[in-house]
Amino acid sequence: MAPVRLDMDRLIDDRRTRIIVCCGSGGVGKTTAAAAIGLRAAERGRQACVLTVDPARRLAQSMGLTSLDNTPREVDGVDTGGGGSLHAMMLDMKRTFDEIVEAHSDPDRAAQILANPFYQSLSSSFAGTQEYMAMEKLGQLRRADEWDLIVVDTPPSRSALDFLDAPQRLGRFLDGRLIRLLTAPAKTGMSAMRVLNAGFAMMTGALTRILGAQVLKDAQTFVTAFDTMFGGFRERAEATYRLLQAPGTAFLVVAAPEPDALREASYFVERLDAERMPLAGLILNRIHTSQAGRLSAARSLAAAETLETQDRPNEAGSDAPRNTIAIAALRMHAERMHLSKRERRLAEHFTSAHPAIPVAEVIAQPEDVHDLAGLRVVGTILSRPGS
Amino acid sequence: MTTRDTDWDGVRLHVVTGKGGTGKTTVAAALALALASAGRKVLLIEVEGRQGIARLFDCPPLPYEERKVATGLGARGSGPGGDVYALAVDPEGALLDYLEMFYNLRRTGKALTRLGVVDFATTIAPGLSDVLVTGKATEAARRRVNRRDDSHVYHAVVMDAPPTGRISRFLDVSTEVGSLAKVGPIRTHADTVARVIRSPQTAVHFVTTLEEMPVQETLDGITDLSERTGGAIRPGGIFINMARPAMLDDADLAAAADGTLDVTELAVSLKAAGISDNHGLAADLMTELGEHAQQVALQNRERDELLTSGHPHYELPMIPEGIDLASLYQLATALRDQGAA
Ligand SMILES: Nc1ncnc2c1ncn2[C@@H]1O[C@H](COP(=O)(O)OP(=O)(O)OP(=O)(O)O)[C@@H](O)[C@H]1O
Ligand SMILES: Nc1ncnc2c1ncn2[C@@H]1O[C@H](COP(=O)(O)OP(=O)(O)OP(=O)(O)O)[C@@H](O)[C@H]1O
Ligand SMILES: [Mg+2]
Ligand SMILES: [Mg+2]
Repeated sequence: MAPVRLDMDRLIDDRRTRIIVCCGSGGVGKTTAAAAIGLRAAERGRQACVLTVDPARRLAQSMGLTSLDNTPREVDGVDTGGGGSLHAMMLDMKRTFDEIVEAHSDPDRAAQILANPFYQSLSSSFAGTQEYMAMEKLGQLRRADEWDLIVVDTPPSRSALDFLDAPQRLGRFLDGRLIRLLTAPAKTGMSAMRVLNAGFAMMTGALTRILGAQVLKDAQTFVTAFDTMFGGFRERAEATYRLLQAPGTAFLVVAAPEPDALREASYFVERLDAERMPLAGLILNRIHTSQAGRLSAARSLAAAETLETQDRPNEAGSDAPRNTIAIAALRMHAERMHLSKRERRLAEHFTSAHPAIPVAEVIAQPEDVHDLAGLRVVGTILSRPGS
Repeated sequence: MTTRDTDWDGVRLHVVTGKGGTGKTTVAAALALALASAGRKVLLIEVEGRQGIARLFDCPPLPYEERKVATGLGARGSGPGGDVYALAVDPEGALLDYLEMFYNLRRTGKALTRLGVVDFATTIAPGLSDVLVTGKATEAARRRVNRRDDSHVYHAVVMDAPPTGRISRFLDVSTEVGSLAKVGPIRTHADTVARVIRSPQTAVHFVTTLEEMPVQETLDGITDLSERTGGAIRPGGIFINMARPAMLDDADLAAAADGTLDVTELAVSLKAAGISDNHGLAADLMTELGEHAQQVALQNRERDELLTSGHPHYELPMIPEGIDLASLYQLATALRDQGAA
């Protein structure tokens, strides 16, 4: 069954499309897809902004993303003849986090939080911080309302779901029992403490013994300070989450034609459905095809073997033309046909499970995609009707 | 047991890192198989709670317990090797272990995990939970049989470690813990663990494919590790994974890339093999060869870049059918033959 084609140009030409989110598991081509789509949209007349996370160095350079200053910069070399423009930025997660802290507390308290060792650890290494901050930044860019299309890349993570889960994970953490215990004395005074007493005493006793009293005190200071601004935090996260459910948002799931990536893509589309988040389609990236598909793998291999037996008697010093090139070409082709068939099967497996999801395929380029020209090629392939 | 020189003879703890998806778990498992020659026990440790080892060895999910999962490779020409054990370490189990071992506080440990202490630490102070995990690995690497027999239980411990982006912090336990705890037992524990990690007994291996981003991450990771720890944590080998072999020699590859190979000659050869050159088949095949040449050139470029770092390197082929137990032994053999074990 042939999948529905994803009509990329219609999606980016539609002025009602305000946000495109590229999700997928690690290394499948999210950053490449986001940048290619942003570039194509700009060259088709949109005021586009691409929010990238950890782009490859050469790609970043070619887009002029040399400084991590957390604000979008205009990209040079874009064809703006159609009245569009392209801005791009790289996410600086720590800085984004610091800015939220500053926005939500008075200067003294902000300084206190920023200096706390636990905050420093949380803001630079918590597994979900990057996802949370990507979402926060998206919210900020959208509110700034300077662009009519924002294309969002999502952080490298094993699972595409992390992007949706991270904000809640931080919320759950801050709502946790331990946090409530640690903040209890400050919040409710000693009467509540008495209720919690037994557990609390045992816990602090053990923790003090292992960690030392200072660590526990730092943790408590941090949690208490953080707690007062958490309401604002949660509101922002919820607002951004709603933004993702809004009609102007389109999710694109990127996957490589490999079992793990497609399984992740499956989980993700099911999750989007459950969250009522609008899915525009699947980008199947880095697929292998052949111009010489009329020569099957089996025939190609058989021919290679025939030539090998023909070559053999000539081995010692004969001038008879050797078939080295042909043998290599035939073996290569056979491998490519095998690969292409395996990929096709995997893709069909996905489309038969999700028949309604439109698909765009991008052929694996012989080289990395590391400049605007490369992005343009990917953009063109993405928008090609039928293949 | 034969004693032959390998590149990592004094190393007891092999830490395997790399960009996500480049083959850390696969390479760590192959390395463990290769290290487990006859009479030797090797422990393969997983730390990210993903049960990748169980999936690889086709066994039920691993508990927090050392279990035999495979028989080692054995020296060339000899029979089977020793035993490969596996362990999935999670921070909660490691905390219980730690409290029991040092304080005899198992019950308290359970209460603490119920309260979410471990989640809490993992979230806002990963250094604290990392040190419990690395502590388990260093403990296994140093463990002796008993008081009378002071030989090591494990000939080597191989850790399927977090990815490159996190590895320096993960291993630099004394700094990470030290920024939170200036004194106290956890600090002392971190310093003990750090001594092992910073000794010549530990090597940090990097797995990479021959692609731009993994190679860049590898080189950055090696630099970061040395800079952060003033050279105290040693980068080990570079394990190039999923390399695709060249189908032609260098001269022909260069010609294929330039498009100067003779299409007519190719058509003649095809015809000799009974394939007619309909609709320019030869030209299409030539295009494919050109792309292959381009890919090989790209791989060579990335390999050269890696080699500038001067670290020992090993190369493992792409197994087109995917990884199963048989191909794991095949990779282990390649590692042994290249001197990695
Ligand atoms: N169609 C393609 N053909 C060839 N190379 C590609 C293609 N798409 C992406 N790449 C290359 O693959 C690498 C990974 O792509 P990219 O960085 O876009 O993936 P990602 O999903 O953002 O990865 P991460 O999860 O690490 O953020 C890059 O070097 C990129 O140039
Ligand atoms: N030499 C190889 N040939 C073919 N396939 C391979 C090879 N090495 C690894 N793979 C496959 O590549 C995929 C990723 O490998 P693996 O799980 O070992 O990587 P990883 O670095 O541990 O990934 P993660 O970052 O998700 O933990 C798996 O499907 C594995 O079977
Ligand atoms: Mg990316
Ligand atoms: Mg793994």
